[in-house]
Amino acid sequence: MISASNATDAAVIEAFAGIAALLDQTPALIQRGRFLDCDCLLGPASHAFHASIRQGRIVDLTPSPALMRSWQFSYRASVAAWVEYWQPAPRPGFHDLLALTKRGEAVLEGDLHPFMTHLQYFKDVLALPRRHFATAVS
Amino acid sequence: MNGVIEPIVGRYVHVDIDGEMYRIYFEESGTGIPLVCLHTAGSDGRQWRHLLADEAFAKNFRMIAFDMPWHGKSNPPASWDGTEYQLTTARYTQTIRAFCKALKLDRPVVMGCSIGGRIVLNLAIDHAAEFRALIGLEAADFQAPWYDTSWLNRPDVHGGEVCAALVSGLIAPQSPDNSRIETLWAYKQGGPGVFKGDLYFYRVDGDLRGRVEKIDTKVCPLFLLTGEYDFSCTPEDTKRTAAAIGGASVTIMEQLGHFPMSENPEQFRRYISPVLDRVLAAETVADRSGRR
Repeated sequence: MISASNATDAAVIEAFAGIAALLDQTPALIQRGRFLDCDCLLGPASHAFHASIRQGRIVDLTPSPALMRSWQFSYRASVAAWVEYWQPAPRPGFHDLLALTKRGEAVLEGDLHPFMTHLQYFKDVLALPRRHFATAVS
Repeated sequence: MNGVIEPIVGRYVHVDIDGEMYRIYFEESGTGIPLVCLHTAGSDGRQWRHLLADEAFAKNFRMIAFDMPWHGKSNPPASWDGTEYQLTTARYTQTIRAFCKALKLDRPVVMGCSIGGRIVLNLAIDHAAEFRALIGLEAADFQAPWYDTSWLNRPDVHGGEVCAALVSGLIAPQSPDNSRIETLWAYKQGGPGVFKGDLYFYRVDGDLRGRVEKIDTKVCPLFLLTGEYDFSCTPEDTKRTAAAIGGASVTIMEQLGHFPMSENPEQFRRYISPVLDRVLAAETVADRSGRR
């Protein structure tokens, strides 16, 4: 995996923490996830978040580790991979969640059923910081 | 009449494939060198509509895109009893050759994308003399799998949604939104298990490693073009394949992914136009030297 600086780490964690609010401002995406209820672990491999999703909304986003918190599936990627994924036009190989798993920059684990039934939803939710991230770190 | 009518015409042809009749839907436009276009796994011939509507290409090429059986408007055969559909190398090759024969095409050019690109390599290995040129888009002798195809057809996952969501990542981020949505729409419309059945050829039966070395590009020129954003058939996969074939032309296409002809037709045209020019130039030379 490629590495990133501490400042970049902090920027990625901050961007991740803002995903729930960005989702709240995206009603079409919430509508697409309206049948989804699940608890999952998402984010940077070193600083993942426990996400509780109810009817397509992220109702709780807690930094890990959280004592004895269960999750159904996890999608965790290197900080540098999130930085690349959130570019306005990501580089080839860094432009899709499954491109990242194929190249070893991300790991997908657990019971994948909710992830696969809502694959485009998760791709789009996790891409929400793309609108602001490049300007925020430049 | 006020509506704009495109030059593309669609018809059905009844084709004998290995002793069974299939009703195959095809669309065509243009006159000249026959150019048969093969769609990707789980989609249909609509992917080629921009190419077929291209007035400049239509002056020199009779462009034909057909829907494989089980795809688009080509139904499964009358004998199908609902058993799991699986495309094999042999069946895919038979289908293309039978379709070309049914339309009495004289040494057509065949251009295929993805599984269509893979089968083009098989045509080059075993039947090169039947074709004027072969063009493989997103083509390689093999590529590493990146997901479990059992997710594509199971009752607790919406097949159309998951097929489209999986392949959405293969489209370049620069591709226009409307073209991206149209490309994915075909995946959402596919029959249950058809995409998965096509991938049986791609993943299991159609491994051409160790066979592409037999391709003789002096018998039939081979052009390979792959989009830089295709992480299924990567540029490295295509380059590795071409390295084993003497004389194969390789182009890596910028700002394109796995569906160049449908995800960004304008960008694709920049790359396919010079290839078609070369096919045309070779034809002119052959005519002049009386080799036809």
